[in-house]
Amino acid sequence: MDLGYWLEKLVRRGRLLSLLMLGLMAVLVVIDIIVPPAYIRFPWDGIGGFAAVYGFVSCVILIAVAKGLGKLFLYQSEDYYREDTDDD
Amino acid sequence: MIDFIHPSLILFLGAALLPLLKGSARKTALLVVPALVLALIATLEPGEFGQFEFLDMALTLGRVDALSMVFVWVFGIILLIGMIYALHVDDWIQHSAALGYAGAALGAVLAGDLLTLYVFWELMVITSVWLIWRRGSGVSYQAGMRYLVIHAIGGVLLLAGVIIYYQTTGSLAFDQIEVGGPAFWLILLAFMINAAVPPLHAWLADAYPEATITGAIFLSALTTKTAVYTLMRGYPGVELLMWLGAIMTLYGVIYAVLANDIRRILAYHIISQVGYMVCGVGMGTVMALNGAGAHAFTHILYKALLFMGAGAVIYMTGKSRLTDLGGLYRHMPWTFLFYMVGALSISGFPLFSGFVSKTMITEAASLDYRAIIFLMLLMAPAGTFLSIGLKLAWFTFLGRDSGLRPREAPANMLLAMGIAAFLCFAIGVYPAPLYALLPNPVDYNAYNIGLILKELQLLLFTGLAFFLLLRFVGGKNAITLDTDWIYRGGGKRATLAVRNAVVSGNRWIRKAIMIVLRSRAQGIRSRYGRDGKLARSWPTGSMAMWTAILLASLLLFGIRT
Repeated sequence: MDLGYWLEKLVRRGRLLSLLMLGLMAVLVVIDIIVPPAYIRFPWDGIGGFAAVYGFVSCVILIAVAKGLGKLFLYQSEDYYREDTDDD
Repeated sequence: MIDFIHPSLILFLGAALLPLLKGSARKTALLVVPALVLALIATLEPGEFGQFEFLDMALTLGRVDALSMVFVWVFGIILLIGMIYALHVDDWIQHSAALGYAGAALGAVLAGDLLTLYVFWELMVITSVWLIWRRGSGVSYQAGMRYLVIHAIGGVLLLAGVIIYYQTTGSLAFDQIEVGGPAFWLILLAFMINAAVPPLHAWLADAYPEATITGAIFLSALTTKTAVYTLMRGYPGVELLMWLGAIMTLYGVIYAVLANDIRRILAYHIISQVGYMVCGVGMGTVMALNGAGAHAFTHILYKALLFMGAGAVIYMTGKSRLTDLGGLYRHMPWTFLFYMVGALSISGFPLFSGFVSKTMITEAASLDYRAIIFLMLLMAPAGTFLSIGLKLAWFTFLGRDSGLRPREAPANMLLAMGIAAFLCFAIGVYPAPLYALLPNPVDYNAYNIGLILKELQLLLFTGLAFFLLLRFVGGKNAITLDTDWIYRGGGKRATLAVRNAVVSGNRWIRKAIMIVLRSRAQGIRSRYGRDGKLARSWPTGSMAMWTAILLASLLLFGIRT
């Protein structure tokens, strides 16, 4: 079976696939709004689409925090440690 | 009839045998030994075996119970898969080290007392370090050295804790550590180093990406999960671990966003995933402990699969940085497919293994009404999917064409990845056998509509955010500082500066003391020396007077008696 050929076909239809995916995501949120929650333990249980918003916001926050820390302190050139190796 | 053969014994014998074999005989042994061990594991019955007295201490080499068997099974499975993956490697040192390392890990998990645990604990370090060193680069040598030093410190802490534990309780049995004081903390600290709990985690992200391509599979599976086992055994319900675990899940994903080396991204995700298990151990409820055990099992399989996929890319292209890779799906489609199964599993997509284990831990948090922990554990999968399922996959296999034209990975690598991918999918679809293996009876079904909806929304909208922010998330030609900075970078410089200050301060103080001493000696000499007051000679006249006084007193006393 030529898996590469099939993957190539899928990638060429990338735009269509991403539109389908967006449609699926919208459907999921709609279902989540309609279907009542199995339990209510936290304030956000029962808010339709909470997980969608939380996932989106989490992703943005994680990228922002990581990149912010990276720019402020953490990023160093790839030779950063190499220069010290001939110390003592 | 012998009723118990320790699996480690087979592995140590196998490790000793390998250098004597050549060519296809060695390859056969590489498959036969793990297969034998798996067969042996299948015959293990619950109970305590291999008990003996050593210097009046009762030791137990084999404690087989529900908790240890979860880990014994998955260690056995991953050993076979890892050996299939490593079959093409012609280096007996690596193979022997891997067998010895797996033997030590199994020995640690089966150990019924703390001294046996300590011995296998140390054995794990000195066998596993060869899987880093045999990469053969200067970087891997130094990373291996740091790995060795950190684990040596951990070993000393463990030994000290065990000695104090023995002195306070008079027992070496390894059960829940209930004694307070230094024994509790020293043993906990040693376990936390191996479980890579921040800030004691830097050895992992430092060393694993520098390991050999096949060695990383064993490393990713054994050391941290042995530590998870010991935490489950010794420290269930310690609330500190719950918080540290939840922090770990986010710490790992944040660093993975910054990483550029593909295996370093995976290494930080070990920290993140082990965070779930540590958090589950800390919560300590039946559901949470089951979740931690289940997650250790599934994690070993999908993480090994991811390391195998990344390793295949490095093996075929010679590149390991996202900035050098891209567009490989055309040339390595099977590797891409298997990698994606691992990526969907670790992210916790329904139908894949991570979903049925990870959600147990988040559900355990919600059952206990722990809102903050729940939200932290719900945020982490977004980061997992972001780095493993999207960033690494996109910039390695899809995205721009890097111009690399590698061939597909060798058949044995594909077979190993295929087996692991099959297991990840099979457990996801049919988790009952995994649940049956767990330490406590399981009353849980991940496949309810609420959970599926929540998980799918969470992950798919993470994907949306990823593609909107695509130009910010690519790899960057840089490294990131972590707590290993303390002993590698500025911290090392600071240490050297302190050392120099101490040395010169020491010289200065000695000089100052010598000056004071000399001036004192001068003073003493002027009083007691040759011409000093007390050493002057006396005139003969005074001597005559004292003699007269002496004689007079003799006369006086002589008359009285």
